[in-house]
Amino acid sequence: MSSKTKSLRTPLGRVRGLGAAKEGVQHWWAQRLTALAIIPLGLWFVGGVLAHLGADQASVQAWLAGPCTGTLAILLLVALFYHSSLGLQVVVEDYCHTEWLKIASLVVIKFAAFFLATLSIISVLKMMFGG
Amino acid sequence: MADATPAQRPRPLSPHLQIYKPQITSIMSILHRATGIALSVGLIVLAWWIAAAAGEAPYFDFVSAVLGSWIGVIALAGWSFCFFYHLLNGIRHLLWDAGWGFELPQVYASGRAVFVGAVVLTLAAIVIGATVW
Ligand code: HEM
Repeated sequence: MSSKTKSLRTPLGRVRGLGAAKEGVQHWWAQRLTALAIIPLGLWFVGGVLAHLGADQASVQAWLAGPCTGTLAILLLVALFYHSSLGLQVVVEDYCHTEWLKIASLVVIKFAAFFLATLSIISVLKMMFGG
Repeated sequence: MADATPAQRPRPLSPHLQIYKPQITSIMSILHRATGIALSVGLIVLAWWIAAAAGEAPYFDFVSAVLGSWIGVIALAGWSFCFFYHLLNGIRHLLWDAGWGFELPQVYASGRAVFVGAVVLTLAAIVIGATVW
């Protein structure tokens, strides 16, 4: 392709950032890494929730306020919300072909994931240190 | 590449849902996506429950009552199945990423194992849950 239009940009400057994969490898790897973390942590947490079905607030707090359980819960929450937002991003990119709607959806997903992750992590910290 | 620009050349069509017959493989693939989306919605409830656990006692009791209502129980059972299915099928994905299990018989066998495993684990969770509650 010979470029007939005059441009001040170098060929390198034009193609930079336009590769099909962009940040793909980092995204792919983080999706797998968080998945791997959720396998043991998620099974542990589901077991804990099953054991506390119908329990009162004090026993739920006693469960999550310990240094080990609290730490595991926070690690799980980080992995969960990261994994979920990466996954939902792919879904939006696959189905949403209107640029502004795609960007808007991604902003909503990322903000919601950050908000809910922060809310739930602060809640665990409060149970650990709130006394 | 010299004469035909991408816009003029006919592009390959993706395997469209109304053209390809449903197969176990395609059903399982779309189920992984569907359960991933359902679980992401479930994370909202998870954050709500944890925040309530750290908050005022009456509000935690209210959240417990919502989750203990029949709608809540059905939703929790549904999320249990989504979790176990997505988890087991996710392991299947990770094994593929590691290069294992690409032969068609293995793909079908692991797919069946995921289905059976997810149903068994969900039923086990429901039985344990019903006993504890
Ligand atoms: C509550 C927990 C989880 C949530 C909310 C969640 C959410 C999601 C979402 C929304 C996607 C994108 C689906 C798609 O692109 O079609 C996804 C993909 C994926 N999930 Fe999860 N997930 C969870 C747990 C897990 C676990 C425990 C594993 C364990 C192995 C896992 C493994 C994967 C893998 C490998 C993918 C990528 C699939 C692909 O490339 O098509 N996920 N997840």
